[in-house]
Amino acid sequence: MASEQGRVDVSVESKQAPDAVPAKSHPNTCPGCGSHYRDDELERTLRVCPQCGHHFPVGARDRIEQLADPESFVEEDEDLRSADVLGFFDLRPYTERLAEAEIETGLGDAIVAGSASIENEPCRLAVMDFAFMGGSMGSVVGEKFVRACERAAENRVPLVSIAASGGARMQEGILALMQLPKTVCAIEDLHEAKGALFSVLTHPTTGGVLASFASLGDVVLAEPGALMSFAGPRVVAQTTREKLPDDFGLAESNYRFGHIDAIVPRDELRPTLGRLLRLFGAEQ
Amino acid sequence: MPSEAEIRLRQRLSKLAGMKLLRGTKLSGELERLQDQLEHLQGEPSAEEIWRSVELARHQDRPYTLDYVERILDDFFELHGDRARADDRALVTGIGKLDGRSVVLVGHQKGRDLKERTKRNFGMAYPEGYRKAIRAMALADRHGFPLVTMVDTPGAYPGVAAEQHGQGGAIARSQAAMARLSVPTVACVIGEGGSGGAVAIAVADRVLMQENAIYSVISPEGCAAILWRDAGEAQKAAAAFKPDAPHCLELGVIDAIVPEPEGGAHEDPDSAAHMLEAAIVEALSEIESLDPEERRTERRAKYRRMGVLAFA
Repeated sequence: MASEQGRVDVSVESKQAPDAVPAKSHPNTCPGCGSHYRDDELERTLRVCPQCGHHFPVGARDRIEQLADPESFVEEDEDLRSADVLGFFDLRPYTERLAEAEIETGLGDAIVAGSASIENEPCRLAVMDFAFMGGSMGSVVGEKFVRACERAAENRVPLVSIAASGGARMQEGILALMQLPKTVCAIEDLHEAKGALFSVLTHPTTGGVLASFASLGDVVLAEPGALMSFAGPRVVAQTTREKLPDDFGLAESNYRFGHIDAIVPRDELRPTLGRLLRLFGAEQ
Repeated sequence: MPSEAEIRLRQRLSKLAGMKLLRGTKLSGELERLQDQLEHLQGEPSAEEIWRSVELARHQDRPYTLDYVERILDDFFELHGDRARADDRALVTGIGKLDGRSVVLVGHQKGRDLKERTKRNFGMAYPEGYRKAIRAMALADRHGFPLVTMVDTPGAYPGVAAEQHGQGGAIARSQAAMARLSVPTVACVIGEGGSGGAVAIAVADRVLMQENAIYSVISPEGCAAILWRDAGEAQKAAAAFKPDAPHCLELGVIDAIVPEPEGGAHEDPDSAAHMLEAAIVEALSEIESLDPEERRTERRAKYRRMGVLAFA
């Protein structure tokens, strides 16, 4: 309640309000222009809105399908699962959240990794899936990413990383935070072995993943409109009471400030990675 | 399912009994405290004890980085600026003498009164702070000075300008810089080890943690706001993710716990500093004799092992 002499700062609330109101729209309804699509329509366009160009989220398996040469992807470490070290229980037990995520997504955790080729160039792929607990990074995501780095170095092929993550997985506590230095150290080893890392940031890539491996690519790419900020917009608005620019944390603003090499629309991602793989590849 | 994860945890737990904790401490009566701590470790800290650590770690009179610097380092010369755009006062860097040798110090710095807190941005660094840290780390490597870091931050600053200046990338590169160093490195968590902003300067050969410090993936309030949808449930959140020193040691995240005076470091900053100095000197003596290449390999191998896995 506003008192007579007190001024009430409503800038934050009013900024958040329009986003908060349209609760749970259908996943195939475009948040950019309101157009609605059938699954097969979106699949044909790589899940990009033909009307306004909005990039819908893509799961790890679909992403691999989009990028890798047909039949080339061989998955590794698919048996790894998260362990509930802390016996973590918030409103629900962590184990229950894990089981539910596995049933919903058909994935063992928030990352799928393996060997593949893109435009006939061999590489390693590490692809995150936001649908699995917000793409959060715990021990399994860290371990699978590190193994992908090690195999890339061993096989002398580049590693292509596709990030989509809300950050570190709170349910694994401090061990989740330790996946930051763990992945960073692996990239240092990869780089010393003269291995290349191409990092693609998709919507959203925030928190601990942005503050570790996603930012350390030899080449860093992002999809149009992808949010890539260390702190999310709501946290920034609430803690600082600053008015956020409309393009806060987006790929476009990060490009302008010099944090990424290119913004690559989805239909150009495969050819772009193919080009980079040839540029970084073994001498012809 | 008694998984490999559980077995690994039990192995770690059993190692605790033979752990060489705090040998560097030379104060009288320390042995008894040692024994207490070991017993403390073998039992689970309760939710109340965890919350007490959170409160002590954030205590307004708790010694901050520069309080330790003036007690531990001789002839400290502060280095300012990231050589690109600013001098971030939330993170201090400099050179001083520790027990006779020159070391480079990097640490978060909080303020004690309102004016100082604002100047230090409550210990929350901008990317400029981490770039200054990277600069100081490179200097240490160039001249063969050991690196000592002191971690005490609620987190990296979450602001519009901080994002525009590349907060995520700066934190990632600061960790990478520490992974590359060939000089001995010791990190000390002396208060709040808040998330990415903390680990940015804590990738070290030896990570020490004061008895009442906390080290966590997110603040208790932040975790409560997200998972309980109520920041008021911070106490429950802390009990769930266990940011206290004994749990960090048990999980293999830190290498040793440094004791504090009875009641917490703020009760007697001089002896807190004395105990911290002894622990740092001991940690350095353990790693200084190693071959630089081997030291770096071991550092990376330590982080390579972090995490607990299960199998389908």
